[in-house]
Amino acid sequence: MEHAILGGLQGLTNGFLNLDWRTLVMLFLGCVLLWLGIKKGCEPLLLVPIGFGCILVNVPLSEVMGEEGFLRTIYNMGVANELFPLLIFIGIGAMTDFGPLLANPSTFLLGAAGQFGIFFTLAFALALGFPQLDAVAIGIIGACDGPTAIYVTAKYAPHLLGAVSVAAYSYMSLVPVIQPPIMKLLTTDRERKIIMPSMTGTVSKTTKLLFPLVITVIGGVIAPQGLPLLGTIMLGNLMRESGVVGRLTKASENEIANVVTLFLGLAIGGTMAGEAFLRAQTLIILCLGLFAICLDTVCGVCFGKLMKIFTGGKINPLIGAAGISAFPMSARVVQREGQRYNKKSYLLMHAMGANAGGQVGSVIAAAVMLSVLNGMGII
Amino acid sequence: MDNFTFGVTMMVCGMGGTILTLWVLSLIMSLLGKAFPEKKEEK
Repeated sequence: MEHAILGGLQGLTNGFLNLDWRTLVMLFLGCVLLWLGIKKGCEPLLLVPIGFGCILVNVPLSEVMGEEGFLRTIYNMGVANELFPLLIFIGIGAMTDFGPLLANPSTFLLGAAGQFGIFFTLAFALALGFPQLDAVAIGIIGACDGPTAIYVTAKYAPHLLGAVSVAAYSYMSLVPVIQPPIMKLLTTDRERKIIMPSMTGTVSKTTKLLFPLVITVIGGVIAPQGLPLLGTIMLGNLMRESGVVGRLTKASENEIANVVTLFLGLAIGGTMAGEAFLRAQTLIILCLGLFAICLDTVCGVCFGKLMKIFTGGKINPLIGAAGISAFPMSARVVQREGQRYNKKSYLLMHAMGANAGGQVGSVIAAAVMLSVLNGMGII
Repeated sequence: MDNFTFGVTMMVCGMGGTILTLWVLSLIMSLLGKAFPEKKEEK
């Protein structure tokens, strides 16, 4: 009898006996992510479930990521097989208006320049001694696109999923803080004051309907490894523009995206177990992620300057900063900065075009990267 | 493959491939925009 009672009491204290410094640090980190999401409003839809998942997996003796654990089930159901990022992409496609991009297709190029940070960061990660596929996963933080980063990392460096996802989503929410100093540093006062004429060109419904098909087919032929990414975002956009499947469009941008976001966040949080996350390399990955997003902005603004020269001064180089995938946050930053230096300057629609170009650009960059890796026989 | 070759290949093919693909797409979309201008009734 006494023995049974003592055994029972021991069962209640086992958790305390298994507390170690890693557990405490990770529980604290989970709370920090929750604080960032709830109090600071940084990507709350992702950071709240990620933070809670992080807490769940780090409670001592937690079995949520064990063989039969519910987080493991969610992870296997949609992260390990890359399904969740693709479902989110359908929602993103359904939510995004590519009209400003189609009205001025040259802004596609700004979307390309805004992805160069991916490749510079990849090279830098290699120089720091990361294995090749790990460097690919780290570089993809520069896509500034959570689902793309998760898709590539889950496929080729799943052990880095927690660090890469946290970096991608945290820095995306910090775009309004990261970009303005770089924009100011790289442009002259005169350049920042350039007024771009308002966009008069409109886009026909036929062009809007052909856009997702062209991107899917041409992009898919050039970079077939990225077809799932391209195909899902463009399917969402086709549904939106067709206007005949309103229920599916609404479900994609609301119910499906919401449920998948919850599952994705929890599963990513579940990968943040102390022994896997608390390493020096996590800190390096967070630094490299910041480096990647800064470089994206640098390349975007520099390309904007180049376009300004080629167009005889008609382009305000600030819109180059919007060539990243943080949509529409980056476009708003450009509009705000443009107005700060010239009250008569309205860059929003031009920046929205570049930002939509960045959205397509990030997916194309990932697709190109995967196809080049495939061509080299790495994957 | 050594890291140097890998890094240079990824940078050249990756950046080149991305900008080339998006340039081709921008050309096609420009042509489509001209081929299918907005109709009066759409306005």
